[in-house]
Amino acid sequence: MSTLETPAPTSGHDAAPARPRWQVVLVRPETMTLILLILGIFAGGLLSPFFLDISYILRSFTLYSEFAMVALVLTMVIIAGEIDLSPAANMALSACIFAWLQQAGVPIPAAVAVGLASGLAMGALNAFMVIGLQLPSIIVTIGTLTLYRGLAQVIAGDKSIRVPEWFIGIDKIMVAGIPLPVVLFVVVALVLGIVLGGTIFGRQIYQVGTSEVAARHAGIRAARIKLVLFLLVGLVAATAGIMTASRLGSVRYDLGLGGELQMVLMAMLGGTYIFGGRGTILGTFLAAWLLVIVSTGMIVANVLPAVQLVVLGALLIVSIIATNFIYSRTQR
Amino acid sequence: MLKKTLLLGLAAGLAFAGAAMAQDPVKIVYIGKNTGNPYFDSITGGFEDACKAKGCEFEFVAPATAEATSQIPFIEAQIQRGVNVIGIAPNSPDALNQVLDDARAKGILVLTVNGDLTGNESHRDATILPVNFDIVGRDQVEMVGSLIGYEGEIAILSATTEAPDQNKWIVGMNETLKTDPKYAKMNLVATVYGDDQPEKSTTEMEALLSNYPNLKGVIAPTTVGIAAAAQVVQSRGIADKVQVTGLGLPSEMRDFVKDGTVKAFQLWSPYNEGWLAVHFALGVLDGSIKNEVGSTFEVPNLGTITINANNSINTQAELTTFTAENIDDFNF
Repeated sequence: MSTLETPAPTSGHDAAPARPRWQVVLVRPETMTLILLILGIFAGGLLSPFFLDISYILRSFTLYSEFAMVALVLTMVIIAGEIDLSPAANMALSACIFAWLQQAGVPIPAAVAVGLASGLAMGALNAFMVIGLQLPSIIVTIGTLTLYRGLAQVIAGDKSIRVPEWFIGIDKIMVAGIPLPVVLFVVVALVLGIVLGGTIFGRQIYQVGTSEVAARHAGIRAARIKLVLFLLVGLVAATAGIMTASRLGSVRYDLGLGGELQMVLMAMLGGTYIFGGRGTILGTFLAAWLLVIVSTGMIVANVLPAVQLVVLGALLIVSIIATNFIYSRTQR
Repeated sequence: MLKKTLLLGLAAGLAFAGAAMAQDPVKIVYIGKNTGNPYFDSITGGFEDACKAKGCEFEFVAPATAEATSQIPFIEAQIQRGVNVIGIAPNSPDALNQVLDDARAKGILVLTVNGDLTGNESHRDATILPVNFDIVGRDQVEMVGSLIGYEGEIAILSATTEAPDQNKWIVGMNETLKTDPKYAKMNLVATVYGDDQPEKSTTEMEALLSNYPNLKGVIAPTTVGIAAAAQVVQSRGIADKVQVTGLGLPSEMRDFVKDGTVKAFQLWSPYNEGWLAVHFALGVLDGSIKNEVGSTFEVPNLGTITINANNSINTQAELTTFTAENIDDFNF
């Protein structure tokens, strides 16, 4: 996991004295996420004797793994100074297109390919309006959220579309004892973590999010970077949608309803700064586990849903306050 | 993976606690559609009283919202808790198939109570329904017909567009209106959906009244819908023009019946569903009841119960009709 830890870009830019190394490493939002995660594991264990069972936690994670995968890419979009609220609706529309095609007799691989391509197209539409038409991404993607969900309902109606028996059960496939969706999530996190933390492209994402004007003057092709990110969200969302179809065994237009909030919640809990320029894949990675641990711990202890909502809301507020506090007190 | 080693260590430490609880009395859980739905209080009351009488452990849990997949983590959690019986009012006819199969593979008896997996009956052991749901649509048409003199425009105010029970009844209503010459002069002008939310149901009811000024009757086959519709009719003082009927809770409808806003409505006893579910489940577990179509068993207060086709069990033969004369006899 330490490979994801991006070496913080310390001082160098100005004359301010460098912070001590322990501060650079420890005083960062991900540390808080990690501490909350550990506290969450202990709290869950205290709440219910049934909670501390690694196979149960992994199984529970598969229920959130699709959203978590998208949240990783969304983190990069937010770091680049934009937001995408449409991926959950994208998941539903891609999955509906996929399911509708395979029901109409199209071979599964072709149906999957078209589903993924439609996810890319949805990302491209978002990118066109945000980059080409210079519209604010929050407004654009609230619009496409509704549009994609509506189109999914046009395709699937109120009925659910079954997928063939052999296609069901991605969450039952085990890789070294770990469900495949969890493995995929970890792999995506590793790849994106390396891209964001260890490549020039990754550094440019931070620069675009910190100051797009400055980045452009420095010769960074901001528009192209954002295009790539929106396309990537679209593609990963479509993948997540088809994974959900395999997990549930059927597809309906309301697949992943409300998922966009969970995705943003994961990014925020992981210390991603909503105004861009700051955040890490590691943070979102930890936050996804935090969310699963906290929700699962409360559900298995039969905690009232109202209390669950209060706890999740409180977690989010704590993390936003801490993130802002840490960022305002430290130079990057 | 520091976190995992930590988990494993803690899991080992707590394994004893889990094992020690294995030989306790039969554990029954009922998973409702969502919280804050007074209808389930009555079902839960039946479960509780029966468990008190028979010496089993009972708990009620429900997700915060009634989306198709929101019950999945709750089912996973109950599997993890090692319950013996899961009763559930399913939010989806098919999204729960996979996880319910997992529960049954673990030896858990899965009963759908007050709602069924229509078309996917093989994924549960039996269903407990208050009445034969095939006749509800027909009886509701007869009810509204008798109130408006079998002539004029009527409308349906339902729950959500996906609600499987309501949709089944609406199909029954449409068939009855089309095929039975008794109702030839009744004209169904609209079917609208209040999503089982009081505000939305009220808005939909008001829209019905303005769009169809000649409307004579409204069937609201949902407890939230009928209360909202009655409220609108009461506040506008048009009880002599528009007859509201449907399925409602006596406790919520008492005032409307007493002041003449609503002449008659129907329902069954939700309490008996919980009462019967516990007796049936315990009987199946100890081998005294055979869960086979056609076999019969005795339930205190309910008499002899027969298991019908598709392992469907009804608590009563016909809908109970509530009017000003009898409403005070019912307290749920």
